[in-house]
Amino acid sequence: MEKFTTLTSTVVPLPIENVDTDQIIPARFLKATSKEGFGDNLFRDWRYDNNNRPNQDFVLNNPLYSGSILVAGKNFGSGSSREHAAWAVAGYGFRVVVSSFFADIFKNNALNNGVLPVVVSESFLQEIFEAVEADAQSTLTVDLEKQTIRNNVSGREESFSINAYKRNCLLQGYDDIDFLLSNKEKIQAWENENN
Amino acid sequence: MGKTLFDKIWDRHVITTVPDGPTQLYIDRHYCHEVTSPQAFQGLRNRKLRFLRPEKTYAIPDHNIPTVDQDKAIQDPVSRKQVDTLQENAREFGISYFGLGHPKNGVIHVVGPETGLTLPGMTIVCGDSHTSTHGALGAVAFGIGTSEVEMVMAAQSILQAKPKTMCIKVEGKLRPGVGAKDMALYIIAQMTTGGATGYFVEYAGEAVRALSMEGRLTLCNLSIEMGARGGMIAPDQTTFDYIKGREFAPAGAAWEQALEEWKMLYSDEDAVFDKEVQFKAEDIEPMITYGTNPGMGMGITESIPPLESIDPAGRISFGKALDYMGFKAGESLQGKKIDYVFLGSCTNGRIEDFRAFTQFVHGRQKAPEVVAWLVPGSKAVEQQCREEGLTEILEQAGFVLRQPGCSACLAMNDDKIPAGKYAVSTSNRNFEGRQGPGARTILAGPLVAAAAAITGRITDPRTC
Repeated sequence: MEKFTTLTSTVVPLPIENVDTDQIIPARFLKATSKEGFGDNLFRDWRYDNNNRPNQDFVLNNPLYSGSILVAGKNFGSGSSREHAAWAVAGYGFRVVVSSFFADIFKNNALNNGVLPVVVSESFLQEIFEAVEADAQSTLTVDLEKQTIRNNVSGREESFSINAYKRNCLLQGYDDIDFLLSNKEKIQAWENENN
Repeated sequence: MGKTLFDKIWDRHVITTVPDGPTQLYIDRHYCHEVTSPQAFQGLRNRKLRFLRPEKTYAIPDHNIPTVDQDKAIQDPVSRKQVDTLQENAREFGISYFGLGHPKNGVIHVVGPETGLTLPGMTIVCGDSHTSTHGALGAVAFGIGTSEVEMVMAAQSILQAKPKTMCIKVEGKLRPGVGAKDMALYIIAQMTTGGATGYFVEYAGEAVRALSMEGRLTLCNLSIEMGARGGMIAPDQTTFDYIKGREFAPAGAAWEQALEEWKMLYSDEDAVFDKEVQFKAEDIEPMITYGTNPGMGMGITESIPPLESIDPAGRISFGKALDYMGFKAGESLQGKKIDYVFLGSCTNGRIEDFRAFTQFVHGRQKAPEVVAWLVPGSKAVEQQCREEGLTEILEQAGFVLRQPGCSACLAMNDDKIPAGKYAVSTSNRNFEGRQGPGARTILAGPLVAAAAAITGRITDPRTC
């Protein structure tokens, strides 16, 4: 997994609440047997019309907005457990998703793919949307070491929470399987006791 | 202090806990389908690993499979490849596989309970958010991502932060014509689509206890639709009667021993939940959804809320949802014309759902303009429909039973609702495009679906 320490970037704003994983990556694109290529179909049905032409109103097709931070409304990633949603977000090039609330499974999936979900207060989130609307070149700085996110327009900073283990995994680029397998004897001991 | 049911099961399965971090939780049962597993199998291969406990995983293709001509090869080459990949992976890694046409094939969350693979007190995972279904038998069951699927394959355990606990009590008695699906949609509408995020829910109260096992499966199935990590119900006589005699359930002396253990699975009287919520069963009427998430639901006699009643931060999303559905704020939906009816899925694809639907349409005729897809949740349900004579009654009423699979619930096979068309669906999600690009989904229980199929309109089944 790719390491994450700090990131300063312009953002892609998506001020919609309850963005479910069927919007992030529709089910008909889940038939691949590898993890590659999902970024091309990120937000497919919002991004393209029925004839596969880019929908000019959608933010990903607006040349004003770019960057590796996606900022979305409350309850991002609800619905299906499909990790394809995290692969699509990562595959498109996002390293951070900012929202005031995330669905649980999406949050885990993102962390397992080197994408950092950052939970901010509703007012902080609205300020980001306002700043980006006023100037698309507005940036955010996310510092995982210090667990802070800074709106570089207003200078307002918030700290965010992430469990220490996951934070360390991201900082070091480790994944969970290495850890689990290092406990093989404990797994065996559990089985001996319980079966 | 006493323990909750959830805590009893969770705590027993803790292998170790990372300081300031997650728990390594032992997994008793792992279900595996074709969509969320191929990358996990490949991950094992890349790391040169085998399954730690292959006998604890059961693989069943269900998402992609056609619901007609299952005896022939799958037409869509991409779907076929995904199903074939699961079969090959199962063979290579030595895990049980119930493929297309196998008597135990079906929607994985229907097959697990009906074969006795799902048992009280277990920890159960699957790369599928509706794994919460299995909680109905008193298990801790939840959906996981593909990275976590790989963890279970490699280490029969996963790293999880312990969720908070919530108790949702539904007291009193459901009114006639109101079922488990209505109860679930009502609870989700009250809680909102993200209202239980971070929690593991235990359902309790008189109305929950009175539900049949299959009703409980429907209720727990939908827990994820309010964001909950899972939902569960303490096992009782209803549970034990349901399990006894099923193929993989313990038998003989092992049954007696299991029963003793299962009887200890309840929340202690002095157990404290992080949150408690109560509803009255009498307040629930047949439910429908009007928007594009399952929390946007209402009683069938009610009207869509006016825009002013919506929180300002949510108005863009609310308006977007109604535009997509072609509905107006404040309007009633009774009498609206619909185009499709879907009975099936891990939510409502069990025999009781087919009995309820069949009983309603018995002696009536399907509205000619309605396309109805009736998809049993499993081969076993399909066979039981035949044995009980339901198939014949349905045919007389103008319906055709299809073959089992996830089907139009997420439209990964050919069962797609066309753009702009309205479907009354007994499935679990009304997200934009869920049942096909541009499809408009109205979630409901089997009776509302049956009434819609007969009248061609959104109809209160109690008045029809």
